[in-house]
Amino acid sequence: MQQIIFILVALGTLGAAVMVVTSQNLMRSALWLILAFFGIAGIFVLLDAEFLAVTQILIYVGAIAMLIVFAIMLTHGMMDPKQPRFNQQWGVVGGFAALLFVILAFLVTRNTWRVVVAAVPPDTIIQLGRDFVGPYVVPFEVASVLLVVAMIGAIIVARERE
Amino acid sequence: MDYIRNFFVNLAQSWTTWISTGLPPWAVDVVNYLIVGVILVMMPVIATLTLTWMERKVIGRIQNRIGPNRVGPWGIFQAIADAVKMLIKEDIVPDNADKPVFNLAPILIFVGAALLWAVIPFGRNMVGQDLSIGALYVIAIGSITTVAVLMAGWASNNKYALLGAFRVVAQLLSYEIPMVLSMATVVLVVGTMKMGGIVEAQIVPFVLVLPLAFIVYLLAATAETGRAPFDLLEADSEIVAGYFIEYSGLKFGWFYIAEYGNLLAVSAIATTLFLGGWRGPFVSAVPALGPFYFVIKTVVVIFILMWIRGTWPRFRIDQMLGFAWKVLVPASLANLLWVATAQMIPAPTPVKWFLMLIGNVAIIFVALTLLGQAAKRHAAKHGLAGA
Repeated sequence: MQQIIFILVALGTLGAAVMVVTSQNLMRSALWLILAFFGIAGIFVLLDAEFLAVTQILIYVGAIAMLIVFAIMLTHGMMDPKQPRFNQQWGVVGGFAALLFVILAFLVTRNTWRVVVAAVPPDTIIQLGRDFVGPYVVPFEVASVLLVVAMIGAIIVARERE
Repeated sequence: MDYIRNFFVNLAQSWTTWISTGLPPWAVDVVNYLIVGVILVMMPVIATLTLTWMERKVIGRIQNRIGPNRVGPWGIFQAIADAVKMLIKEDIVPDNADKPVFNLAPILIFVGAALLWAVIPFGRNMVGQDLSIGALYVIAIGSITTVAVLMAGWASNNKYALLGAFRVVAQLLSYEIPMVLSMATVVLVVGTMKMGGIVEAQIVPFVLVLPLAFIVYLLAATAETGRAPFDLLEADSEIVAGYFIEYSGLKFGWFYIAEYGNLLAVSAIATTLFLGGWRGPFVSAVPALGPFYFVIKTVVVIFILMWIRGTWPRFRIDQMLGFAWKVLVPASLANLLWVATAQMIPAPTPVKWFLMLIGNVAIIFVALTLLGQAAKRHAAKHGLAGA
């Protein structure tokens, strides 16, 4: 049963992802991307990672996809379906994307992952919270500082135009 | 008599035993989930049929009118008459609309309104699915509404619709932050994100412990549902209904249903988080009373929201965003910090809660003083009366 649901969700996610790059209309691409994000959230649910699934929807669908949609809407001429979707560099970009995929696939398949056979404990989120302020406090804070720097940078860039 | 005491849970148990005589266990699960799902999905529709009537009556009374009074006694069947009208209207799709997206948007906005009900506890053990991440789930589902609104505004191929959609996203993203912060204070005090657990922990309703968080949540929820005074997204007099301007018939109806479904849902969430949910006198002896207390408290919250709608003028967009970022966010951040500090004090819970209450009242006082000074400065600068 789990296997069937996984295959359906994975196919949906991959189909949506393919539509993102092939759709003629950029706005539609963004909407397909949102569907792909939902598919990934579904896979997280299947893996008993509820917190990750909800965060995926909250951050990727709620914030990042919205930013992409805004960028598309506010860019002149981007929504015109007559505009070509590919420019001369598509071969180079495609090559690099394929290279990245190969590297990632290599890493994922060659690495020996730590696997715990026991069932997922029900209070993973409490454990996660403890880890964020315990052993992983430095990476957590570094990520926060990075985000603050990015935010201040964006505000300064936007201010200079005035 | 004992059956009546915990009527809803006992009814569910008898039903399950009755159908499990003829069905395998997995089929029983499927049937039960389907029934609960259908009931929860019907909640926004029920909300529309009852709350539209209530809203018209309440707003009518506030504005010195009597409201609907023709269809049925006190006009209670007005909503049904409206529903029939909605069903038989012509379905119009604009020529240059992006048709699949245009048709998908009303469905998606309804999905967002219906999914919220999955985690709302109506009584002890009366909850669709008591997720361990309930509070976060509520916030995440809110982002589906944003997507749907943006789809509707863009696919309509109409300037007013797009303007409305832009306003919605600015408003929803801004007010999501104070909303999350006020919910985070509750989660911090309780130590769980389970909606059921939050209700169980409220020996005293949290409105008496965290009044600031309650006020911030209520204001943010008003903004999230796009009701007056935060109704810039619809703003009939400026952008003629905004993002759903091009919708007609039942598709318009879906937006309407989602709007009232969200109103009922945010009131129910406010009840769950701050007013003690289904808790009330004699509820531990007679659990069947829980849903009634829950409904009464929710209706009170809805009444307050209608009261606000009937009496306040609409914000301007810069005032609205300024209010979120300069008042609500700093106030709720200060509150979060204070609650986190008070939580660490080695003292019994009542003392901690009392300290939180004092901090909350102090923050409200400081915020109101600063707001009053800002208003005076503004009035003096522009030579307005009332400085």
